Amino acid sequence: MIPALGHVALILACVLAGLQTILPAVGAARNDPILMRSALSLALGHALLVLLAYAALTWAFVAHDFSVRYVAGNSNLDLPLAYRISGVWGAHEGSLLLWALVLAGWTVAVVALSRQLPMRFRARVVATLGFVSLGFLAFMLATSNPFDRLVPPALQGSDLNPLLQDPGLVIHPPMLYMGYVGFSVAFAFAIAALWSGDLHAAWARWTRPWVVAAWMFLTLGIGLGSWWAYHELGWGGWWFWDPVENASFMPWLAGTALIHSLAVTEKRNAFKRWTVLLSLLAFSLSLLGTFLVRSGVLVSVHAFANDPARGVFILAFLALVSGGGLTLYALRAHRIRSAGHFELLSRETLLLFNNVLLLIATFAILLGTLYPLIVDVLGLPSMSVGPPYFNTVFVPLMLLVLLFAAAGPVARWKKVRSRELLRRLQVPGMLALALGLALPLALFDRAPAVTMAAVALAVWCVAGVWTALWRQFSRMRRGTDALYSLRRLPRHMIGMACAHSGLGIVALGIALTSAFSTERELVMEPGDTVAFAAHQFEFHGVRQVEGPNYVAEQGRLTVMQDGQVVAELRPEKRVYRVQTAPMTEAAIHSTPWRDAYAALGSRQADGDRWGVRLYVKPFIQWLWGGALLMAFGGLLALSDRRYRMRRSARRP
Amino acid sequence: MNAQQTRRLWLAVAVVAGVGAGVGLMLYAFQQNLLYFYTPSQVAEGTIAPHAAFRLGGLVVEGSVAQGEDSLAVSFALTDHAHTLPVRYRGLLPDLFREGQGIVALGSLDASGVFVAQEVLAKHDENYMPPEVAKALGEAKSRPLGIAW
Repeated sequence: MIPALGHVALILACVLAGLQTILPAVGAARNDPILMRSALSLALGHALLVLLAYAALTWAFVAHDFSVRYVAGNSNLDLPLAYRISGVWGAHEGSLLLWALVLAGWTVAVVALSRQLPMRFRARVVATLGFVSLGFLAFMLATSNPFDRLVPPALQGSDLNPLLQDPGLVIHPPMLYMGYVGFSVAFAFAIAALWSGDLHAAWARWTRPWVVAAWMFLTLGIGLGSWWAYHELGWGGWWFWDPVENASFMPWLAGTALIHSLAVTEKRNAFKRWTVLLSLLAFSLSLLGTFLVRSGVLVSVHAFANDPARGVFILAFLALVSGGGLTLYALRAHRIRSAGHFELLSRETLLLFNNVLLLIATFAILLGTLYPLIVDVLGLPSMSVGPPYFNTVFVPLMLLVLLFAAAGPVARWKKVRSRELLRRLQVPGMLALALGLALPLALFDRAPAVTMAAVALAVWCVAGVWTALWRQFSRMRRGTDALYSLRRLPRHMIGMACAHSGLGIVALGIALTSAFSTERELVMEPGDTVAFAAHQFEFHGVRQVEGPNYVAEQGRLTVMQDGQVVAELRPEKRVYRVQTAPMTEAAIHSTPWRDAYAALGSRQADGDRWGVRLYVKPFIQWLWGGALLMAFGGLLALSDRRYRMRRSARRP
Repeated sequence: MNAQQTRRLWLAVAVVAGVGAGVGLMLYAFQQNLLYFYTPSQVAEGTIAPHAAFRLGGLVVEGSVAQGEDSLAVSFALTDHAHTLPVRYRGLLPDLFREGQGIVALGSLDASGVFVAQEVLAKHDENYMPPEVAKALGEAKSRPLGIAW
């Protein structure tokens, strides 16, 4: 009953999405206020229906309704409640429903928070978002209905993929989708502007908070995904350049570029066309990511060809949305003119370099991700592009990004003299040189040159942005007391300082953990001790433990430093009752300075001895700390007075 | 040319040079790091030079897995039903490695024609067949991974 209700809600939502596309668009064309206004109620109704469908599917999971094929395929009577709720987005159909729900949520947010925008513009934005939603809802109904029934109903479900039974699953996908889909707002704003052929003077100011919000969620999503891979896969890796990871990283890079070019467009009225193009690009990459992940094309072009409906639909939709956007851009972009002039050495130029670097990185990843697919489609000998390619391209580009990330914030808009710029960068430069040399050597008494360079640039990036903040603070402080001016520092500047610092911290973490991580793979029997990287690991053996829906062999190791026990690790080898594939569950002890990491391999033939994989990974937690700080910077920027004032001014 | 145009020109030159360098780096790295995929039959043709890295896919031959004494050294044979190739590996094997399973190994041939693997991949799904292995075996058995996250 309730799944049927969900199905009906999904169909109605699809119809409303169609109306939400057409009516406001017609209204905007005819300048008919009633039709334009309909956008708001249609968006709300559409969102409520998607929410209803989503709630129905969640109910089916919670109540073990195995007459729903999707639930039967991804749940089980023994599955804990938290994983039944998050299991909704554990596989293809449900994750699409989450996609649609998130999109509907963003649409409602736009409707609610854009009352000060011209009605025509709003109508076109809502129509564009309606079209995107229409595509996804139609896709779901046509090829991947989550409410498909199973006759007769299954008595027992075949369980959620064990790999997904992890707290990471509860938060990573929603965050990631909030980010992915959030770029649809900037996309819709760009389409609405191109549609009317007139880029409103305040367009960049309207768009900016939405981009920052989407970027913030995407940053969190990617960070969580990396953390999840690190502790779940048992290989100690935090980034694999896996196509699925790349799919989320490309929109992040484009979105980061967009944030910076929006700053130029808002403050200096320059880079307008470029900013619009980036808005289209960021969301197109989000859609491409969805296509890559959801069409099955990554697993094999042949799987894709065997079940072409899904892939072809998304591909056609991708072509329609991105192609349509780009065509509109080609037709209308000449009407958009940038005004602000700037000198060769200026903040504008530095931000331009930032954009160029980020986009090269994006396309490098795009090439590496798509090339194996293209080769496969063409029937050429099968090949793959490994992590060495991505590292070779990405590391130098990011080092350059760090170089400019310090110079940008301290440079003036329009024109800065080189001597002035250099003087402002003196302190960061000295700090970078000193710490870049001293830190790796002091901590690890040997260091490759690239590590020192990366550490130096990370410090440089952090110090540069705080120098800029300090300059702003000293300017404001003249005549007033310090605390007052501290409170009056613009939030977006503090946000930028946090985000850049986060970037520096991520870079520092990557540099140190890549250079100085150590690992041991060995066979241990109870009582064995192995010492490396100033730690001793003692193995105490393995015992059986039972979880809610699995049995595990749990190893016990103690970690010692200087003869003191600092941690006890209990890595597991789990076998889930339904899906009997063995799963490695690593055990990690984290401090800010290092992680001690243990994973069980396999039992040796003679019974009591086990293969064990051990890592000591210095500074690895800085990666996720830095990502968190970046996202926090986004949050601060969002809370900036400029956006709040507009909101309070609206209320009479 | 006036000052404005000169500035623009320099900026354009800088950006083009930067993009050019970036793309050059990209393509160079790309060429250096393409990894071909071969089956035991293709290896048996004898055209692959020793010590050149590639990926090898096939099924683990039943009864071929031999664990070394008191160490993590392991040897096994990979087959595509037409030819069989001996493989050596040192390290922990993935959870799903077992006889009869389709796997992909990354490594190179040594002078005696044994494949020395640096990495052995078996995906986290017992029904999953690496797509290239499935193709090599002429089986359309591959199915979506279902782990998109």
